[in-house]
Amino acid sequence: MTQTQQHKPQLVVVGNGMVGHHFIEECLTHSGHEHYQITVIGAEANLAYDRVHLSDYFNGKSAAELAFTNGTLYNRNGIQYRTSTKVVSLNPDAHTVTLDSGENLRYDKLVLATGSYPFVPPITGHDRKNTFVYRTLEDLDAIKACAETAKTGTVVGGGLLGLEAANALKNLGLETSVVEFAPRLMPVQLDEAGGAQLKSMIESLGVRVYTATATQKIIDGDNAVHRMVFANQEGKEQDSYLETDLILFSAGIRPYDQLARESGLEVGDRGGITINNHCLTSHPDIYAIGECALWQGRIYGLVAPGYSMAKAAVAHLFSTGGNAFTGADMSTKLKLLGCDVGSIGDAHATTAGAKTFFYQDDIAGCYRKIVVSADAKKLLGAVLVGDNSQYDTLLQYYLNGIDLPEQPESLILPTTSESPALGVDALPASASICSCLNVTKGDISTAVANGALSVADVKSATKASTGCGGCAALLKKVVDNELLALGVEVSTDVCEHFAYTRQALYDLIKIGEIKTFDELISKHGRGYGCMVCRPLVGSMLASIWNEYVLAEPHVSLQDTNDRYLANMQKDGTYSVVPRIPGGEITPEKLIVIGEVAKKYHLYTKITGGQRIDLFGARQEQLPAIWQTLIEAGFETGQAYGKSVRTVKSCVGSTWCRFGVNDSMKMAIDIENRYKGLRAPHKLKFAVSGCTRECAEAQSKDIGVIATEGGWNLYVCGNGGMKPRHADLFATDLDDKTLIQYIDRILMFYVKTADRLQRTSVWMDNLEGGLAYLKAVVIHDKLGLAQELEAQMAHLVDTFQCEWKTTLQDPQKLKAFKPFVNDDRSDNNIIFVEERDQIRPATEQEKHTLLVNS
Amino acid sequence: MQWQTVCKQEDLIPDVGVAAIFEEQQVAIFYLPKTEQKVFALGNWDPCSKANVLSRGLLGNLGNKLVVASPLYKQHFDLQTGQCLEENVSVPCWAARLVDGKVELASHENREC
Repeated sequence: MTQTQQHKPQLVVVGNGMVGHHFIEECLTHSGHEHYQITVIGAEANLAYDRVHLSDYFNGKSAAELAFTNGTLYNRNGIQYRTSTKVVSLNPDAHTVTLDSGENLRYDKLVLATGSYPFVPPITGHDRKNTFVYRTLEDLDAIKACAETAKTGTVVGGGLLGLEAANALKNLGLETSVVEFAPRLMPVQLDEAGGAQLKSMIESLGVRVYTATATQKIIDGDNAVHRMVFANQEGKEQDSYLETDLILFSAGIRPYDQLARESGLEVGDRGGITINNHCLTSHPDIYAIGECALWQGRIYGLVAPGYSMAKAAVAHLFSTGGNAFTGADMSTKLKLLGCDVGSIGDAHATTAGAKTFFYQDDIAGCYRKIVVSADAKKLLGAVLVGDNSQYDTLLQYYLNGIDLPEQPESLILPTTSESPALGVDALPASASICSCLNVTKGDISTAVANGALSVADVKSATKASTGCGGCAALLKKVVDNELLALGVEVSTDVCEHFAYTRQALYDLIKIGEIKTFDELISKHGRGYGCMVCRPLVGSMLASIWNEYVLAEPHVSLQDTNDRYLANMQKDGTYSVVPRIPGGEITPEKLIVIGEVAKKYHLYTKITGGQRIDLFGARQEQLPAIWQTLIEAGFETGQAYGKSVRTVKSCVGSTWCRFGVNDSMKMAIDIENRYKGLRAPHKLKFAVSGCTRECAEAQSKDIGVIATEGGWNLYVCGNGGMKPRHADLFATDLDDKTLIQYIDRILMFYVKTADRLQRTSVWMDNLEGGLAYLKAVVIHDKLGLAQELEAQMAHLVDTFQCEWKTTLQDPQKLKAFKPFVNDDRSDNNIIFVEERDQIRPATEQEKHTLLVNS
Repeated sequence: MQWQTVCKQEDLIPDVGVAAIFEEQQVAIFYLPKTEQKVFALGNWDPCSKANVLSRGLLGNLGNKLVVASPLYKQHFDLQTGQCLEENVSVPCWAARLVDGKVELASHENREC
């Protein structure tokens, strides 16, 4: 330790959760570490991590990815930290804290950010084995280990965290139940109707929900580890007990206020360290922030108010001129078990004279309520279940006291062209856009004016949307609006040749019955076209009219892969992929592939989509290779197109002892139906024969999983650069309905998605997301279903194997000759052998080979 | 300028490139019938990907420049000059014209671009 550090006053922070860490960040922002020697003490083994996204740990995020810092930030700024260390006592008069090691630390200023702990109701048996709470990474590790042998899991508590935990248990493959003491789920945020709506949605996902149910004791189960015995309730018909292997308590939080309590600081009757607006406790050198703090009789169990407290404490400590803490908005928006839930302000209409409007749609599964002031001028609160698309707008009305439209109900009625839209330009500069990091519209304007010209730039300049991320869509709107105001053009045009979006062009082609690129560009565009619009229009013409892609007017639109009906590799040679529907292939056909590969000396590899890729074919070899393949009964695999690729499958019930349906046949039928469908991006499908999910259908654009009652349909998942799990779209479908839904989803995607937009991003960008897609596809909200199905029927009827057509046209075959005026082939294509197969020679190897020859 | 025939006009496909061998070099010949000059010729060798692929790229215009996009890493090359728009490299460029159903290139030594 250097001299200067010894002479600096000591600032000790007890607790290294999200709020404790944010306090340090705020100190650093105001150079607090130059005035104080800062020491952080954390009880957990890990430094601060993102507890809000704790469940992502089960979805494959590592502790490192959730971490806010690996210590570098602290080390670099001379902040000392200790993990796995508890403070066991506090002496305010002596200005010391005692650690569990027995060591005493002296402080000049102390910050308590000790957080909270999950409340476990004192039910007999609450401390049996296989009972858990859901708070720390260690908790999650223990739950995960237990879930490996458990079949069933139960969450005690149906609040926000309880439902999140239930989702996690379900994702771990457990049959999941939720037991809530109150008469409805999320009693704090939702009203009765909203709670009931949420309950029915969650139950439809296979989670059992018990409300108004108290657990009396937990004892040994007959068929599971535990039996939860419910208290008798007169006149109520329900199970008197529930058997389960794993119990997770999520019945609210309690502040960690023991240190304060024992040292004589003022605490609330029901817990919580009393603080003032500067987050000072009853001792002038001790602050308390986050979930351990009690402000005007309230404990805030969300991260955003905790961050505001951290800011307020820093403002006071360093006299930065920042705001004091004056309460926080507890509005929340989240997705629980795939269901949207939103709650704003006075959700229960407790304000005197408050009036309510509500809208309920049992078909689409949504419930919305707004609470307005007696004069119907201001929004006081709202409840949203099933569809959060109005949340951002409502929140802005609420937070900024914006006058409601003449008919406030229009805000929650189904959208029509007349619905009033609250443009972001109507928001005052003080409007809070990101409540986690407390970023206002004004902050964003300033960042844009200072040169942050994209959402990414604004994010890094203001930190907006780096907390829970719920404001991402709103942030984009504000940034776009600011750019527009500055005269920076935010273009949605596809390119310089067409001043239209992809969807507008699609409609122009369809309605105008435009059949060629030349016709389109002369009527609606300018110039010669480019690498963006040519393939884009080529793809749309194929999706709409389905003509042969190498027909004269279309050939100049095809990217090289589509033009040569093969996949170009780095050395200019191509790879060839015959279609093997569902991955099922006869030995005879397998032998033909082997013979072709052998004859043309091709590198051979099994693909991830259960087919076989043959690499290293020269363009002039492609026709002969395909002649042989087609004679053996193969068709093109369209691996070269932005189109339907493969339908991965397991063998299903015909062979597998676990299979509940014939996934093999369904996969083949689906692949044959949609093969060659050209789309904004490639499409991958899968069909699994049971919930073991061997075909990994939940990582595909379209995933189908056999159930006892038919098929479950999952949509909009993908692997690749940003993997995303598919969302459950519909359950227990019969064959016909399954195909009908897939027809509609795919054509709606082809019709409305942006260029190169995968289904996941497309759905996320639909106003209303999954719920909206369901409304369009299942309930035909837009009256489009028939048109979409007819369009798909046209595409299915007009399918052609592009290679078969090409082989019949001598003129087309000429284009595969490497040179129009010479019979030689490209002498730069050179292979060497590796692991008994060819591969392209490196530049170095080519050089050596040329010198030696 | 020494014009030499490289191939027939019927070997060309509108708005698409073909490859030919001219004076023992691989040449990409592009036929853009809606432009004044109609035919353009660049080296077929793409210096960015180190493969003979430029004849297989998509054609179009960026601003007032007619370009071909490499099919591998999508850099654009100016059809009039051979200059790459994204990187500081260029490819050889020949003067080209259509005469009596034949495509003629001006030999390498006398090229004008």
